[in-house]
Formats: sequence, C-alpha cells, structure tokens
Amino acid sequence: MSHLLEVKNLDVKFDTDEGRITAVENISLSVDQGEVLGIVGESGSGKSVTAKSIMKLNPGNTSYNEDAEIILDNENVLQFTSKQDLKKIRGGKVSMIFQEPMASFAPAIKIGAQMVEQLLIHKNINKDEAKSISINMLKRVGIADAEKRFNQYAFELSGGMRQRAMIAMALSTMPKLLLADEPTTALDVTIQAQVINLIKDIIKEYQMGVIFITHDLGVIAQVADHVAVMYLGSVVEKGPVNEILKNPKHPYTKGLLQALPDINNLDAPLSPIPGNIPSPLDRPTGCVFRTRCPHHNPEGKDGKIKMKLIEVEPGHWVDQCGIQCGQNG
Amino acid sequence: MGDNLISVNNVSVNFDYQENFISKKQKIHAVNNINIKIKKGSFFGLVGESGSGKTTLGRAILGANKISSGNVIFHDDERDYDLTDINKQDLKEYRKKAQLIFQDPYAALSPRMTVRDIIAEPLEVMKITNSRQETDERVRDIAAKCRLNIEHLRRFPHAFSGGQRQRISIARALVSNPKFIVADESVAALDVSIQADILNLLKHLQSELNLTYLFISHDLSVVAHVCDVVAVMYLGHIVEMGPSRELFKNPKHSYTKALLSSIPSIDPEKRSEAIELKGEIPSALNPPPGCVFRTRCPNPGIDCKGGEITMGLTEVEPGHWVDQCCVL
Repeated sequence: MSHLLEVKNLDVKFDTDEGRITAVENISLSVDQGEVLGIVGESGSGKSVTAKSIMKLNPGNTSYNEDAEIILDNENVLQFTSKQDLKKIRGGKVSMIFQEPMASFAPAIKIGAQMVEQLLIHKNINKDEAKSISINMLKRVGIADAEKRFNQYAFELSGGMRQRAMIAMALSTMPKLLLADEPTTALDVTIQAQVINLIKDIIKEYQMGVIFITHDLGVIAQVADHVAVMYLGSVVEKGPVNEILKNPKHPYTKGLLQALPDINNLDAPLSPIPGNIPSPLDRPTGCVFRTRCPHHNPEGKDGKIKMKLIEVEPGHWVDQCGIQCGQNG
Repeated sequence: MGDNLISVNNVSVNFDYQENFISKKQKIHAVNNINIKIKKGSFFGLVGESGSGKTTLGRAILGANKISSGNVIFHDDERDYDLTDINKQDLKEYRKKAQLIFQDPYAALSPRMTVRDIIAEPLEVMKITNSRQETDERVRDIAAKCRLNIEHLRRFPHAFSGGQRQRISIARALVSNPKFIVADESVAALDVSIQADILNLLKHLQSELNLTYLFISHDLSVVAHVCDVVAVMYLGHIVEMGPSRELFKNPKHSYTKALLSSIPSIDPEKRSEAIELKGEIPSALNPPPGCVFRTRCPNPGIDCKGGEITMGLTEVEPGHWVDQCCVL
C-alpha cells in the first residue's frame, strides 16, 4: 500500500547574503492515513522548513534538490508550479495549524468570513452551505455559541478558543493531511490537554494523516504514533514512539530526554547537552551532532562518518555514527 | 521574623478598567488577599495559568505595581522596608537589593548596546561604582560567574543564542549584588537542553551569592525540580501552598490535581489520564463569588457550588496550606 505522504531525499537550501544555507538535508519520511508523525527538535533544527516544503510555502530564495520527491496522494508536490496546482494542496489536500493563533487570523476580518472564504475557494459550494459547514465545525471543536463566535473577531476570543477556531478552519476543507506546527506551545497546560484530546478525536473521526511538530517530548508521547528526531536539518533517529522514548539509541535523543525535568523523578539531575547548536552557515561535515556529542568515537569526531540512517530494530532507524556513540554512553 | 526575607500580608492589587469612555468604571481584581512569607535563601515557586496574577504579584513585591491594600515588607539586615509607603530614596535602595529577570531574552536586551554596557547600566544608574575601572571589574566578575566569555563583552546581543542572552540578563540582574531575585518565566522561551543549563546556573548562583528567588512559571515540572516551596495561584488567589515535594506528591486542591494530571507524560503508554477541566479561566472583572475555582471544579461540593464558602487557606499538614473549600 502506498503512503499518504512520502518525502524522499529532501534537501532544502536558502540563498542568503552570507551564502547558501542548508536548512534540511537528505530527509525521508512517510505518513499513512490516520497516523500521527511527530517531529521533535530544538529551534533551528528544520522542523518547520520540512513541513512548509510539503505545501511549497518556503520563501523565494529556497532551492530544492533535483532528485527530491514529495509524493502526496500519488503526485509529486515539488513539480507543482502553476497556481491552480498549488491551490489544490494549500488548504485543499493539506491544511496547517500554527503556533500563534492570534497571528494566523486576519485581525480585521470576522472569523466566520475567513472560514467561508477558504471554503469557497476549495469547495464547489455556495455561501450559505459554507456558513453552515463552518458553524458545524466550530461546534465540533467544542466552541459554545458557535453562531455568535462566527460573527466575532479573533481578538474577542481567548487563546484556547482561538486555537480551536484555527483547528476548525483547518479541518473544514476536509484535508487529507494536517500539518500542526507547535499547536499547543502557546497554551496553558489545562487548555493544552483539551486541545490534544480534541486533535486525537478528530484524527480518529476523519482518518487524516498528521505531522505534529513540537519541541515538547511529553506532547509527542501523548499524540504521536511515529517520531522523527531532527537536529540541524537532519533526521538523526526515527521510529515508533514507544521505541524512541523508551529505548533511544542516538546520543542526541538521549540528551533531550535527560534535559527534560521529570515530575515523577525529582532527584534526577537536569543534564543539559553541552555546547551550542552550530550556525547553519558552518554546518559540520559528516555527523552533524559531532561538535556536541558527549560520547563521540574518534572517526565520527573528525567528521569521517557520513550521515546515514540504519535500521536497528524493525522500523527503528538511527544515524550510523550515532549508533556507535550511543553504545559508548 | 528572623529568617524571612519577604513578608506579603493581605495584599490585593486592583486595576481600574473602563471599556470605553461612557461605560462605567470597573475594578479588575488581579491579586486578592495574598499572604506569603519567603524565607532567606529559599527558591519560592509561583505557578498558575496565564491570567492567574503571578506576574502582578511578582511586580507588586518589587514595588513596580501599586498595592491596593495590605503590605509587603522586605526584611533587610539592618532595617525593614515597607513597600506600601516607601519614599523615593528608600525605593532606590530597595531596587539595588531586589531585581528582576525577564522571560524573553530577545526583547529584554537593547540591540544597540554592547554586552558590557548592558551589564554595567544598573551600576551606573544606581551610582554604585565610582570609577569606570571599578565598573569594569564588577562587570567582568559577574560575567565570569554567569559563565559568559569575557571576550564576548564587546559584542552586541544579536551575536548570541537564546541561552547566552538569558545569561546576559541574569548577569545584569545580579551586578548590583541583590539579595532577592524575581525570575518571571525566565526559562519559558528556551529549548529544553538550554533550559536545563539555565536552571542549573540559577541554582549554582543561589548558593554562591546567597540569593533568594521568587520563581514564576507555568511549567510545573520545572518548578517541582528547582523550588523548595510552591504556591499555586488561580484567578488572583493562592489555592494551595506548601513544601514542593509534599505538594506535588500529595496535592489536596482539585485545581492542583488537575494541573498535575495535565502535564503530558513522557511515557507513551500513559495516555489521557488528564483530569480535563471544562472551559477556561473566568474573567477577573467579575470573578465568581465564593471559591473562584468552583465554575471549573470537577467535583464541587454542594455548599461550594452555590458560592457560599469564602476563600481562605487552612493548614492541613505543617506548612501545607489548602483553600478551605477543597478541604471540606
């Protein structure tokens, strides 16, 4: 069976005044229907750039490599150039939820009008139908007084409610793939728990594929089926969520887990990963993590080991340099 | 009173609010009748969701917000400072002793000043040092303590990462040699590995420089890790307060329980154990009478549902205080 989304050997580079920056290098991922793929990593690891590539939303100075493929529903998105084709994916087959819902709604247009507008673009329906779909969707995500909220502006809603409205808007076109970029980061924990449960319910109900981007491993543990751990534009480890969180192999994944304060184990010291994330302008050759790796092997340290994912358990892939270092630590 | 550094007695902070110029003036009850004592050398945590009044209380203790009723007393070695009626001279003295670290290290540092000038500014404004040489010495000294590279002092903030910037903010707060630090969501904007680094630094500086912290955060696992004493705030009230381990192991108030269960567990096999709170935090313009949490409480009693029980803390274990509505 073919995957809903398959990303193969994707490189994303940006041309800037200071030179060509590699934001993402040689990434391969896949998402099936009804499955949640979590992408974790620190800021600057290329999580959002990867997601935006799927909708070709990266800025004009972006270049993709020739042999990369992003296959969505049997079509290569990277080949799309016409507005007509791009419209099919942006908001049609793929929808996106962002971190800051205040910034993603237009402030001077009513929420309802924004929801209706996108439905009219993507679906062959009239205004009244669009309105009733929107109001039903607002009700579905748990907004009380949906009719009243439909005629309000984004600033009149609270943070949690705005994020619900954002989710309703993203889902009303019935996308096949949902990209959620840090959708709960700006929310309080109790609201975050509500939104996570809502997203899980909706995935089950509509059987869509989801890419869930976050820096919070706890959130990943709660929502994802599979996880990809990114560092400086490369996937260093990927696999089923249980494997990655309970049996991590790569020193970076281990480091992330050790830096996390665990409320059930207050005696464990917080151990930060030493050093700073290098600038993408001088990206290390060979293993990208070698400048901060606490257990580097001699060859990996010199950058002689190329990045390559190897399957260590069924479905659990780890960068080959990291396998060796992981055994040392 | 010997071992307390800060005493907060029955403090309330109200703000005037007028929706537009013809509507009636209303009062926002941001902080209500708070009593806390912060011991010397302790790491006091204040947790709660946005809008619970954590920051307002922190600012009131620093003398940056007007206190509507009650008083805040800072017990210094020689004398006490009462912040409710403090004169300008004393306030200046107090500011040397109590400092603030902000949340966003990108917004808190002026992009046009070098790191040296940023750290030196408090010394110059408060006229603590007498010569440039002395200032430079103090700046270098505190920079080294905050693990900043001395060579970096000539650079501008844009050259630094988030973690390094937060270390610059910490150095600036500590340069006047304060005794009391309010850290307002100081690690919220940082990645986990950097967050761990900054928390370790704050802990280390506490023992080295004999500091007392008021640590404001919405992240319970962080607070549980670093704080000795924790107060949980909801809608301007403290609903539970106690020694950190006791409080997190044995929470009594239903809000604390719900908060704790909402922390996403790192274990994928433990999903959906969250006690889901319905709805959102009510507006501080018209808080519900009686127990402020009753509108969202998962298991309200008959009396508190009607709002007939007033708010007030009761001591259930030595040092562990819970709002009486949830004890009954």
